[in-house]
Amino acid sequence: MDDLLRDLMPQVLAVLVRRGVDFAAAEDAVQEAAIEAVQRWPGERPDDPKAWLITVAGRKLIDARRAEGARRRREQRTHDEPPPGPTEQVDDTLLLLSRCCHPSLTPASAIALTLRAVGGLTTGQIATAFLVPEATMAQRISRAKRTIGGEQFGRPGDVCAVLRVLYLIFNEGFTGEIDLAAEAIRLTRQLAAATQDPEIDGLLALMLLHHARRAARRSATGELIPLADQDRALWDTRMIAEGVRILQAALATGRVGEYQAQAAIAALHDDATTVDETDWVQIVSWYDTLLALSSSPVVALNRAVAVGECDGPTTGLVALGEVDSELPRWHAAAAYLHERSGDVREAARLYAVAATRASSTLERDHLIKQAARLNSGAAQPLDQ
Amino acid sequence: MAKYLLLKHYRGDHDIAAEPLTSMDQWAPEEVSAHIQFMHDIAEEFRARGEFIGAEGLSPDGTFVRYDGEGRPPVTDGPFAETKDLIAGWMILDVDSEERAHEAAARLSSAPGPGGRPIKEWIEVRQIMAAPSTTD
Repeated sequence: MDDLLRDLMPQVLAVLVRRGVDFAAAEDAVQEAAIEAVQRWPGERPDDPKAWLITVAGRKLIDARRAEGARRRREQRTHDEPPPGPTEQVDDTLLLLSRCCHPSLTPASAIALTLRAVGGLTTGQIATAFLVPEATMAQRISRAKRTIGGEQFGRPGDVCAVLRVLYLIFNEGFTGEIDLAAEAIRLTRQLAAATQDPEIDGLLALMLLHHARRAARRSATGELIPLADQDRALWDTRMIAEGVRILQAALATGRVGEYQAQAAIAALHDDATTVDETDWVQIVSWYDTLLALSSSPVVALNRAVAVGECDGPTTGLVALGEVDSELPRWHAAAAYLHERSGDVREAARLYAVAATRASSTLERDHLIKQAARLNSGAAQPLDQ
Repeated sequence: MAKYLLLKHYRGDHDIAAEPLTSMDQWAPEEVSAHIQFMHDIAEEFRARGEFIGAEGLSPDGTFVRYDGEGRPPVTDGPFAETKDLIAGWMILDVDSEERAHEAAARLSSAPGPGGRPIKEWIEVRQIMAAPSTTD
């Protein structure tokens, strides 16, 4: 029943929002209707659970109005009571998502609101996932609801903003109890089913093609394993196949975008049964496409590493030299390319610098170990 | 029960230990792994005793910031990378006594270094102010 409720709650919320009900009031009403469903459905499961939830949520809205006092009740009853209307899921997913990912919200607020209102996670679960106190998360969500409360929109907004938030949720990954990567995939899947857009499919493919490698990304003791050293037998081939199929269909529309290009790079990595079989020429060419689409310095940095694999570390270092060295991971990339070029001493120095700039302990530990490996002298040179 | 903050420090000259200590990137890779594993295990050990509240590592780049008057941007000094005494990480434990807090800090300081020998790093132990008593 939890899964059914989690699927239906955002749909019901979208129906109310589309009918012009204030977002915060609608969200509260849907939460209360869900609580009632949990109490009553085990005894008498309605034939049409969605219609039941809409009716009960509508009643909760009226109850809330009554509690607000006679004057406001007179003014608002007719306006706010959701009129009967179609309940089919047209573009409601996108409508709801574009509200939760409205540009007036900070990324952290948009993420929290999306997980709550569309993902159907509880405030406690979202707080756990981000390692913040529940009261703090509750405030973040209610501030976000207030921020977008004044905005009136019956039509979906910017798809780009929605995709950005979904990708941020995906990158939060897995903190132990709440699997945000899986949740991001679930939401993107819903959006892809409701809205035709090759970039939505591109993002879904990108997520699947990365998620497929998850089991290989950490050692038994929890250490980070870079792509080149991963046990590829642990990759989820079914998920890769699904990602590739979705990507190919998206690319066939001829409307390439950033997420499709990133997914294409991920697919080329997933396609190689050993690291030596990686098609670096094609990967560099996709980085060129990506750079033309976004001109992002992070893309330029990743491209430099790919160039190093394709045309040799010296050429890679020249490409890296054109990228701002203040970027996160710049020193790690430089260290890697110097090691490939045989300059072990400089590589070790750069790995140590990179470790002081790491943003996670996992990444820091990995980089310190790289430096230690080179400094200990026992290091085998990397394959040229 | 009382809560204690255990602080690890960064010092550029590595004089944070009772014996001379080389920086971690100069250790053997397996010595680094053993140290990291110890740090994971010790958090579990304190958790299993019902004492663990939280712990985080901090990035070495620190900046000092202060107010500079209404409508003016904050004044900043730094960042200082490893040149000053900066906090490298913290752990908060809820323990029965100051004696136990010291025992736990010593355990933390016994983390293995080069050759598997305890690094004997100094840990700063500070009691966290408690809520006022409910009786007079």
